[in-house]
Amino acid sequence: MFMLEKAVVGSRRYWIWVGCLLAVILAGFLCYLLQLKEGLGITGMSRDVSWGLYIAQFTFFVGVAASAVMVVLPYYLHNYKAFGKITILGEFLAVSAVTMCMLFIFVDMGQPMRVLNVMLHPTPHSMMFWDMVSLSGYLFLNALISYVMLESEREGVAPPHWIKPIILLSIPWAVSIHTVTAFLYNGLPGRAFWLTAILAPRFLASAFAAGPALLILLAMVIRKLTKFDAGSEAIQKLALIVTYAMLINVFFVLMEVFTSLYSNIPEDAAHLKFLFVGLDGNTELVPWMWTSVTFAILSLVLLIVPRYRKNEKLLAFTCVIVFLSLWIDKGIGLIIGGFIPSPLETVTSYVPTLPEMTIVASIWAIGMLMITVFYKIALSVRHQLA
Amino acid sequence: MSIDRRKFLGVAAGASALVLAGKASVDALASGSGPKQGGTLANTRWAMVIDPAKCLKDKGCTACIAACDKVHNIPDFKNPKHAVKWIWKEPFKDAFPGQEDEYTTEQYKDKPFILMCNHCNNPPCVRVCPTQATFRREDGIVMMDWHRCIGCRYCMAACPYGSRSFNWLDPRPHIAHLDTDFPTRTKGVVEKCTFCEERLARGEGPACVEACEAKAMVFGNLDDPDSEVRHLLKARFSIRRNPELGTQPEIYYLV
Repeated sequence: MFMLEKAVVGSRRYWIWVGCLLAVILAGFLCYLLQLKEGLGITGMSRDVSWGLYIAQFTFFVGVAASAVMVVLPYYLHNYKAFGKITILGEFLAVSAVTMCMLFIFVDMGQPMRVLNVMLHPTPHSMMFWDMVSLSGYLFLNALISYVMLESEREGVAPPHWIKPIILLSIPWAVSIHTVTAFLYNGLPGRAFWLTAILAPRFLASAFAAGPALLILLAMVIRKLTKFDAGSEAIQKLALIVTYAMLINVFFVLMEVFTSLYSNIPEDAAHLKFLFVGLDGNTELVPWMWTSVTFAILSLVLLIVPRYRKNEKLLAFTCVIVFLSLWIDKGIGLIIGGFIPSPLETVTSYVPTLPEMTIVASIWAIGMLMITVFYKIALSVRHQLA
Repeated sequence: MSIDRRKFLGVAAGASALVLAGKASVDALASGSGPKQGGTLANTRWAMVIDPAKCLKDKGCTACIAACDKVHNIPDFKNPKHAVKWIWKEPFKDAFPGQEDEYTTEQYKDKPFILMCNHCNNPPCVRVCPTQATFRREDGIVMMDWHRCIGCRYCMAACPYGSRSFNWLDPRPHIAHLDTDFPTRTKGVVEKCTFCEERLARGEGPACVEACEAKAMVFGNLDDPDSEVRHLLKARFSIRRNPELGTQPEIYYLV
């Protein structure tokens, strides 16, 4: 059934890893039961900072999901053969990341039992309705594509012809999920930090850096653990994509900084001040944001200089700091920073609580478990397990 | 309201067509036109005019807030981060950000102003709500359906006035005096001022207006040219909160 039988046989090391992930998932599940009983008051969120780590993580992982297009597009549109082996890894990464996004949204709901009201009362003037449409569509497309492609690979036959248009459809669809996610924020009149037309392009640029960086790391881990080798050409091409995307992302951020600070409109500048120097004595996110900036600058040096980029050991480190830099920028700063100060210019502290962080960790663990199982199935089909 | 698959697809297809239709679609998206609620008066647009000078005569007075809290079963969470507020006070500089300057408003800067839901004519909260749990009635009242709200808090992100509160915990143990004539809320839903629509339906005015001894708040129908609110707005200059955002608030502050 769906080749899942290949996931339930494995080495001792495989089962220890799966066991660890399941333990984290269980811990998060127990914390979620607590949240279900007590309410979202067990998190660090408040009247003024009404979205926190859950929505911030959702935003970041929409980007990871969308980035699958960076392997799908060169392979299917430009017939770039070097990506042939890792395309399926990208699609499985997308499936896992979209699932994580949906879980992050779900745990953020005050009344999760009513969440299907979004479908019962479809509301086209709400961007959240469109986000649901685009995310579930993207999940369906990628699940279908990766299953059909892998199944034909197992049978040793050419993939059916009807899958090609579906693959092509998944390319603009990937762009749409992150665009609509940006629209969630940048259509809100009272939130100056998000009220910027460059939010969607910036989301896409950071996604196309963070996602392929993660894919490079995954390919390297798999190469260590199994007989599967994505090939250095594919890894180097992905590194080049990360380089350009990261450059464009940093450029977009600097445009944002210039517009806000040079225009000196108080409500625009206040959010950047809160993030980078602190506001009203609150400097909670300042060390995080400067870490992100430092990692971004360092990673650009390591990416742009060809000698450094081609050194795969160094490239692994570079990919880690690219991912961390963007995770801080988008998975923390962008959402929390949008709420502080509030439209009434109050600065409210937000620190996630332990149960909240455990729930976040468990959704990460679910994502990693999905990646593990999917990749194991894919590699079993190719008889490339160690 | 029930909906079958065919109707759902119909709405989705209709919406897609709208998006392709250019300007019309922009208007449709921006107007946040949800289903209209029946049973409200025609030719009615409820609004409130607040005279801060009268209100400020007794700075310690919280009669309006107390009256609202009482009739609406507003919980009192000790933690300000979890506060539920339908009507509250905020210093001028926070209520009207960007309006303060060094001299002219010195006397006002830190003075508490009465704030509540603005019942905007063009409410961003209604536009973003994914379930139409918050909607604008024909008489201008922006309402909440506490049974439909999924607690996504998108409306709180959209409201530029901080007028929306979320029940972070179960509110019921935190209600000082339970009024059995008004519903309590469950945890995980958003709530806010409703202009006392339950009292309006009985022919009474909002509780806060009734409780104000200084008569600093006047409630009335803007569509009636002879109403007191219309006379006040004609006779005196008034300001609204963040008018540049195009939300068209229905709470006016006399200068």
